[in-house]
Amino acid sequence: MSDSQTHSINVAQSTQAHRGLNLDREDICLTAEDLKLYYGEDQALKGLDIRIPKNRITAFIGPSGCGKSTFLRCFNRMNDLIDAARIEGTIRLDGENIYDKAVDVPELRRRVGMVFQKPNPFPKSIYENVAYGLRLQGVNNRRRLDEVVEKSLKRAALWDEVKDRLHENAFGLSGGQQQRLVIARAIAIDPEVLLLDEPCSALDPLATLKIEELMIELKKDYTLVIVTHNMQQAARVSDYTAFMYMGELIEYADTDTLFTSPAKKQTEDYITGRFG
Amino acid sequence: MDKSFFKQHISQQFNAELEDIIKQVMAMGGLVEQQLADAIHAMVEGDLELAEKVMTSDYQVNAKEVEIDEECTHILARRQPTASDLRLVIAVIKTITDLERMGDEAERVGRMGLHLLDEDRNSAPMADIASMGEHAREMTRGVLDAFARMDVDQAVRVAQLDIQIDSLSETITQKLMKQMTASPDSVPRLMDIIWATRSLERIGDRARHICEYVVYFVKGKDVRHTSYDQMAEQATGDRH
Repeated sequence: MSDSQTHSINVAQSTQAHRGLNLDREDICLTAEDLKLYYGEDQALKGLDIRIPKNRITAFIGPSGCGKSTFLRCFNRMNDLIDAARIEGTIRLDGENIYDKAVDVPELRRRVGMVFQKPNPFPKSIYENVAYGLRLQGVNNRRRLDEVVEKSLKRAALWDEVKDRLHENAFGLSGGQQQRLVIARAIAIDPEVLLLDEPCSALDPLATLKIEELMIELKKDYTLVIVTHNMQQAARVSDYTAFMYMGELIEYADTDTLFTSPAKKQTEDYITGRFG
Repeated sequence: MDKSFFKQHISQQFNAELEDIIKQVMAMGGLVEQQLADAIHAMVEGDLELAEKVMTSDYQVNAKEVEIDEECTHILARRQPTASDLRLVIAVIKTITDLERMGDEAERVGRMGLHLLDEDRNSAPMADIASMGEHAREMTRGVLDAFARMDVDQAVRVAQLDIQIDSLSETITQKLMKQMTASPDSVPRLMDIIWATRSLERIGDRARHICEYVVYFVKGKDVRHTSYDQMAEQATGDRH
C-alpha cells in the first residue's frame, strides 16, 4: 500500500472517530498526528490523531491495556525512559514538535507536568516538596520561595489544611492531601499542561471529589489531560472524552455527547458495561 | 438496536432491572388502552356501568406511574446509567407521565358516558367520535408496540395518525358548532361532547410525544417540537 493510500485511510478513520466533535472554537494546545508506539515488536498505539484544547479537561477512557496511559506518557516523553519503547509520528505542544532533536526534555517536562496514580511526595517537609522544582532551577531566595509555596498550595486547595505545619514531613498527610501536595509541587514550576494518570484511584470518594473540584479550578490556568478508569469521573469533570480500545482511538467527542449518544457501538458497550 | 440489547450487560441484575421497567411500562400502557376502549364504548353506547368502571379504575394507572417512577429513581441512583441505558430510563420517565395523563383524559371521556342523554347521542356526530376514538386507541397500541420493539419506523408511522385525529377533531367541532348555533338550548350538553373530543385529541398528542421518546431512546435524537416531516427525516437518518 502506498503512503498516500495509508494516509487517506488514517484520515478517514480519524474523521470517523471524531464525528461528535467540534473544536472550532477552541485553542489547541496539544496535537498528536499518526502517533505509533511500539514496545519491542508489539504495537501499543496504532496511529493516533487527536487535538487537545487549551484550558479544558480531556479524559482518556478505555479498558486496561488499551494504551491510554502509554498515550498520556507520550505528551511529556515519559516513554523515553522505557528502553524498549519506540515512537513514530508527531506530538506538538503549541505547534512545536516535542520529539524534535533540539527539544530540551527536562524543560518539556517542566511545561508538561505529571501526576501519578499513587501520591509520590518526596521524603521531605511539605514546604520543601513544593519548593523542590524551584530549588532545582537555582531559586533560593526565601521570600520568593515562600510566595510560590503559598500560592501553589492555595491553588491546590491545600493551604488552609497545612499552613500551620509546613515544615512537617509530607508523609504525615492523608492520601488525598498528598495527592494535592503533588499537584501543588507540579504547578509550582508554572507548567502549561498537567497530565494526570488515574490521580484518584487510590483515594476515597470525598478526597476524589476534592481533586475533581481542584481540576475544574485548575483548568482556568492549565490544560488538563486525565486518564481514568472511573467513567463517572470522566463524565463529571471532563469537557472532552476519548475512548480508546486496543491501541486505537475509537471515539473522541465532547463529554455530553459521548455519555448520552455515543456514535460507536464499541464505545456504547464499554460505557454501559456490556459484553464487548 | 434490538430487544436483546438490554440483556447484554455484564451485570445480570441491571439487565433484569431495565427489562422490568420496560415490562411495567407495557403493563401501564395496557391499562390505559383498556381504559380508553371502555371510555369510548361507554360514551358512544351510553353504557353507564362501564362508565362507572372507568371512573373507578384510574387509580390503577396512577399507582403504576408512581411505582415505575420509583424504580427509575433507584436505577439512576444505583447504576448511574449512560448512553442508551440512560436514554431508556429518561424515555420511560417521560412516557409514563404522558400515559398517566392519557389515563386522565380517558376518565374524562368515560364521564361523558354518565352525562350524555340519548337525544344528545342521536344528534351528535357519534360515528366521527367513535372513529376518532379508534384512531386514538390505535396510536396508543401502536406506540407501545414500537416502544417494546424499539422500532423507530413504526413510531414514525404511529405519529402520523395524529394528523388524522386532529383533522377529525376539527370536523367534529365544526359540526357541533353548527348545531349549537342552530339550537342554543343544546349548548351546555354539546359542550360536554366538545370536551370529550378535546380529550381524544389530547390523547393523540400525548401518544405522539411517546413516539418522540422512542426516537430519542433508540436514535439519541431529540425530535420534540418538530413537524411530522422533520421527525420522519431525523428518525430515519444516521445517529449523528
